[in-house]
Amino acid sequence: MQALTDKSKQVSRKPMNFMERMYLPAIFKGMVITFSHIFKKKPTINYPEKKRPFSPVFRGLQILNRDEEGRENCTACGLCAVACPAEAITMEAAERQPGEENLYREEKYAAKYEINMLRCIFCGLCEEACPKDAIYLSETFTPADYQRKQFIYSKNDLLIPHPKENPTAYQQALGNRPKRESVI
Amino acid sequence: MILKNKMMFLSIDLGLVIEKLVLIVVVISASLIIAMYTTFAERKVAAILQDRRGPNRAGPFGLLQPLADGLKLFFKEEIIPNLSSKFLFILGPALAMMTAMMTSAVIPWGDKIELFGRSISLQIADINIGVLYVFGVVSLGVYGIMIGSWASNNKFSLLGGLRAASQIISYELAMGISMIALLMVTGTLSLKEMVLQQQAGNWNVIYQPLGFLIFLICAFAECNRTPFDLPEAENELIGGYHTEYSSMKLGFFLFAEYINMFISSVIMATLFFGGYDMPFVNETLLSPNMAALIGIVALMGKVICFIFLFMWVRWTIPRFRYDQLMHLGWRILIPLALFNMLLTGGVILYFHK
Repeated sequence: MQALTDKSKQVSRKPMNFMERMYLPAIFKGMVITFSHIFKKKPTINYPEKKRPFSPVFRGLQILNRDEEGRENCTACGLCAVACPAEAITMEAAERQPGEENLYREEKYAAKYEINMLRCIFCGLCEEACPKDAIYLSETFTPADYQRKQFIYSKNDLLIPHPKENPTAYQQALGNRPKRESVI
Repeated sequence: MILKNKMMFLSIDLGLVIEKLVLIVVVISASLIIAMYTTFAERKVAAILQDRRGPNRAGPFGLLQPLADGLKLFFKEEIIPNLSSKFLFILGPALAMMTAMMTSAVIPWGDKIELFGRSISLQIADINIGVLYVFGVVSLGVYGIMIGSWASNNKFSLLGGLRAASQIISYELAMGISMIALLMVTGTLSLKEMVLQQQAGNWNVIYQPLGFLIFLICAFAECNRTPFDLPEAENELIGGYHTEYSSMKLGFFLFAEYINMFISSVIMATLFFGGYDMPFVNETLLSPNMAALIGIVALMGKVICFIFLFMWVRWTIPRFRYDQLMHLGWRILIPLALFNMLLTGGVILYFHK
């Protein structure tokens, strides 16, 4: 049969000569190879102490964003829910009452906002669909849990820490994400 | 008068008994601790040779790992199979452990030390047939495996036991014959005498390189270490002779293997590499305690090298097939050992004429 590539090699069935039958030189050669591995650099990363840097396009757990004064960006327009191919996002809109201007940036806000993390495929389309820079994907994994219902993340779980009350946590959650020009 | 003599005899004897008891306790606990840390070293060496890191979570550098392993084995459920022979099932690991420890009795761990005005020899028993005793006890070791495997009433165990028995018996022959050549060179069976001779002259490995090679290969086989670990071949026999064992009884079997490894390293160091003789140091010029200390350090250094060799070989060479193993034992090593014996005899005759 015609071979497809020239990569196949004819197996040599020659009887071994004396040196090969002694085995010891071959064993010694093998032992030198294993010994040389002592000095090789180890690819292991000691995980909890040292973390591998994420790629800048990494898509992890969603975060609901606030602006610099700590007001929620989300206006419950529903574009993210429409864009979501896994139908993981649900929300309920509500109107901002007078006196709530320090809580919500615009007249309409999300009273309820839930993402089912078991459905979510972390595609990032919600981030791309959002006109208000209100949702983005962070560099965190979804933590493991014991119950399915724990994976339905409510607004409290998703909201970024308040930038005035808890600035360090806010900066940490923001990460080194490139700043987008806010669209109003 | 007779009573007084008797009292004096007794009082001297009591000191000796205490001295020996302390020595026995020290040697046994030392070999247990060394075996414990050999398991740790094995995992570390395996990791380093495979570009991994090895255990490093329990304590600094993972040094408490053997304690954690031991604790785990202690807390595991102890299972004795219903259809096993219960007495023999327990006797197996006990015997394996006991024979592994017994060999350490005749090994000279160092020269004399002077303590409390007494000169204490660092050897539990300097018997004039030391080498024969070692061989006798080592070949008893196979009974632990055989009895344990037969008692578990499991075909895999039995196969493992069969393999262990035939392997150890066939390699014992080559080992014994290679030893005879060494005995012809040294002219003594006492391990202490051999060390003293090597301290004065050259190490025996210079006179018996082939004998040492055969002895080394046979020691690997006797310890059931790779490439001769057929009795416990995990992927053929599901652990071989210790398939049915759990908890600390399994621990004893595994532990006995590591003690055997340690003891055979000590024996190889003693027989061929000068025992507690530190090269390029004249021990007679030093104070006896200092000389003994240097001796123990030298012996342990050699032992560590041998144990590393054991592990190094384990992670380099794959396991033999059973017929290859028997072929190597009966058709290569035994004729080679016989040839070595004849050659040694001839050379000795030639030079003594």
